Amino acid sequence: MHKLAVQFWSIVFIAIGLAIFSHKVFQLGMPVTPDATTDTWTIQARLAFYGNGKNIKASMAVPNITPGYIKIDEHYISGDFGLNAKVKGDNKSAEWAKRKAYGEQTLYYRTTLTRSNVATKWNVTPDYPQAPEFFEPYSTAVNKIIEDVRSHSADTASFTFELINQLRNTDQNENTSLIRGLARTDEQTADLIIKLLAVAHIPTRKLWTIGLADAANDVIPTVLIQTYNGEEWLTFDPKSGTSGIPKDQVIWNVGNAPLYKIKGGEQAELRYSVTKSFVELVDVAKLSAKRQRSILGKFTLSSLPVHSQNTYSLILMVPLGALLVVFMRTFVGVQTFGTFMPILIAIAFRETQLLWGVILFTGIVFVGLLIRLYLERLRLLLIPRLAAILVIVVILMLIISFFTSKLGLDRLLSISLFPMVILAMTIERMSITWEENGAQIALVQGLGSLFVACLGYLVMTNEHLSYLMFAFPEFLLIILGVCIWMGRYTGYRISELMRFREIKTTT
Amino acid sequence: MAMFVNPLQLKAKGILGINQRNSDYIMRYNQRRLYPLVDNKLQTKRIAIVAGIAVPKLFSVIKYNHQRKKLGGLLDKYDDLVIKPAHGSGGNGILVITGKIGERYKTPSGEALSLSAVKHHVSNILSGMYSLGGVPDQAFLEYRIKFDPVFNDISFKGVPDIRIIVFRGIPISAMLRLPTSQSGGKANLHKGAIGVGIDIANGHTTYGVIGNQITSHHPDTNKEIEAIKIPRWDEILQIAVNCSNTVGLGYLGVDIVLDSTLGPLMLELNARPGLNVQLANQHGLLKKLKKVEALENLPTKVEQRVAFSRSL
Repeated sequence: MHKLAVQFWSIVFIAIGLAIFSHKVFQLGMPVTPDATTDTWTIQARLAFYGNGKNIKASMAVPNITPGYIKIDEHYISGDFGLNAKVKGDNKSAEWAKRKAYGEQTLYYRTTLTRSNVATKWNVTPDYPQAPEFFEPYSTAVNKIIEDVRSHSADTASFTFELINQLRNTDQNENTSLIRGLARTDEQTADLIIKLLAVAHIPTRKLWTIGLADAANDVIPTVLIQTYNGEEWLTFDPKSGTSGIPKDQVIWNVGNAPLYKIKGGEQAELRYSVTKSFVELVDVAKLSAKRQRSILGKFTLSSLPVHSQNTYSLILMVPLGALLVVFMRTFVGVQTFGTFMPILIAIAFRETQLLWGVILFTGIVFVGLLIRLYLERLRLLLIPRLAAILVIVVILMLIISFFTSKLGLDRLLSISLFPMVILAMTIERMSITWEENGAQIALVQGLGSLFVACLGYLVMTNEHLSYLMFAFPEFLLIILGVCIWMGRYTGYRISELMRFREIKTTT
Repeated sequence: MAMFVNPLQLKAKGILGINQRNSDYIMRYNQRRLYPLVDNKLQTKRIAIVAGIAVPKLFSVIKYNHQRKKLGGLLDKYDDLVIKPAHGSGGNGILVITGKIGERYKTPSGEALSLSAVKHHVSNILSGMYSLGGVPDQAFLEYRIKFDPVFNDISFKGVPDIRIIVFRGIPISAMLRLPTSQSGGKANLHKGAIGVGIDIANGHTTYGVIGNQITSHHPDTNKEIEAIKIPRWDEILQIAVNCSNTVGLGYLGVDIVLDSTLGPLMLELNARPGLNVQLANQHGLLKKLKKVEALENLPTKVEQRVAFSRSL
């Protein structure tokens, strides 16, 4: 009955903890390692124009579907313009409007993106295009090229690739050089390829991308083309024929729609700039939590004031230390002075570092024991004697701090954070154990305490664990469940396997 | 010899581990509200007297520091006595005085203590030095056991005692604890006393262990400790059963001493008896525990319980 209840509760706690944990990791993308950062790029589009007192309507293409990237932030800076952001097909546009505008007007769109493996899907499926008409002599040349390309290709992808290749080939025949002459800029090249593909009834469209850089102003959008093979959109660089969306390009605009449109304004100018920075993955996860409207995203410790965050980053490690003590005592059978004294010592070690912590702890306890030995002869009552030991411990700490500061060993100054009451109690208990149960048991328990304290220090200062406890406080539930489970462990301790080794095992 | 024993073999021998003792026996059969009865030796003594269980005679109780004044008078009146803390454990804080030489008091180890030394000891007891958690305590003076001569050759100073584990009123395991020079005359196994298993059925000693090592001879007297017949064994078992019935703890350790003139006397009770009795008997407790646990109707009369225990 009890056993069932114990198993029930520990399973419930562990399950809840794991469920919250996996939700955070898999749904919200919380990183499980500390200091995981990720690159982000902030792209700013600045649309400037002059108003001349008429109704103004300005629209600008903004990213919508961004394969390989995820928008973690998006701002429109509209001034006194009315704003309307619309998604249409695979595109999104920001439309600003104002009744009257005079003088220079500036509108901004700013977005921050980071790499993402989340799959994206294009919404638009195209119709098969009508073949465009070319005039002679181009018509013949086009037909020749298409024929030639067709004979060298098997499907839409290889057709597109072959066509781009033929056009960029340097030792061109007269057909290709004639056609090539129709296009000068990249955009014209892209338009030309689209036109040629339309002759072969292959659906196509243009893509405008912004290249990402560490820091760049006046970024000129790059043009790419996409062909539809009946199932999916394939992307090609019209200049090189390379397929796929280049890794450092963010898709800004899809199709033939212009990057901006102005009605009622003059001297319009659109500039793009890119800056790179990085954010903690945690922040990215928090943003995506916000976006997914997850309640758990709100209950993070990092939403607390910084000083309580620091306190909690320490407090959250204490249960881990307690778990260690439970394990060491219930499963291994290590003897310690007091149940949780090793944890307190371990916390003190955080300030002094392990080696110095052990040296100082051992030193103070040793000297304290010697003095306690003398106090025994004075036959003091228990409480005054404890207080006397406490005072002696403080004096010892003071002396150590004084000398180490003279020697310039600043680290040892942090000895003042040693829990002096714990030290005094340790000295008292150790000396009583020494007297009553002999030196051996006193040493065994003293070393046991120190050993568990060292392990506790290693566990409690582990950066990874510390991060995990802080980012995923639901681990407390898991620890609780494990503690409840261990509370019903009725098997042997490792120390008992040693203790009972003289039992004759033959029956 | 291997450092560790295979846990499966321990299990096959029915060895009870600390974790299982705590969770399956102590927590299940010992109600916490009954602990004070056994943790306070004075109270144990009082309820034992009411129940007619033989105990060493209580001379005096010292509750407050100012009562130490009467210590000199008491020591003059009874110069052969033991001073104990009411809440002591593991034989700690016990001062044995065997007589007076001039102004000083003799201890079995040959020391001669001044009155002020004895008073200091008492005040240490009162301040809680020997009690769990350091809570203020009481000291009491009682009759010093003159142990039965059967133990003369196998005991070093101190008083040997018999620990009996009683489960649901049935004695299931017993051991004789013999002080050694290493244990400082105390019958405490942790300090180096010898534990000698006793066959419940016939009251004969079986194996001896010192620490966790098996031994067949007393290290100080070099006398054999195996196959000694414990006198008045039936009476000893009856006291154990009586104690269990009186105090109401399901899993109980009863410590009994054998006085040369007064016979078996109950010294103290323990609600969390140790597990070394298994080493001394080379026999796990679990088999008998399970057997007794499975019985719905246990014999009610003391004699029946003892007989049942000897037949287990």
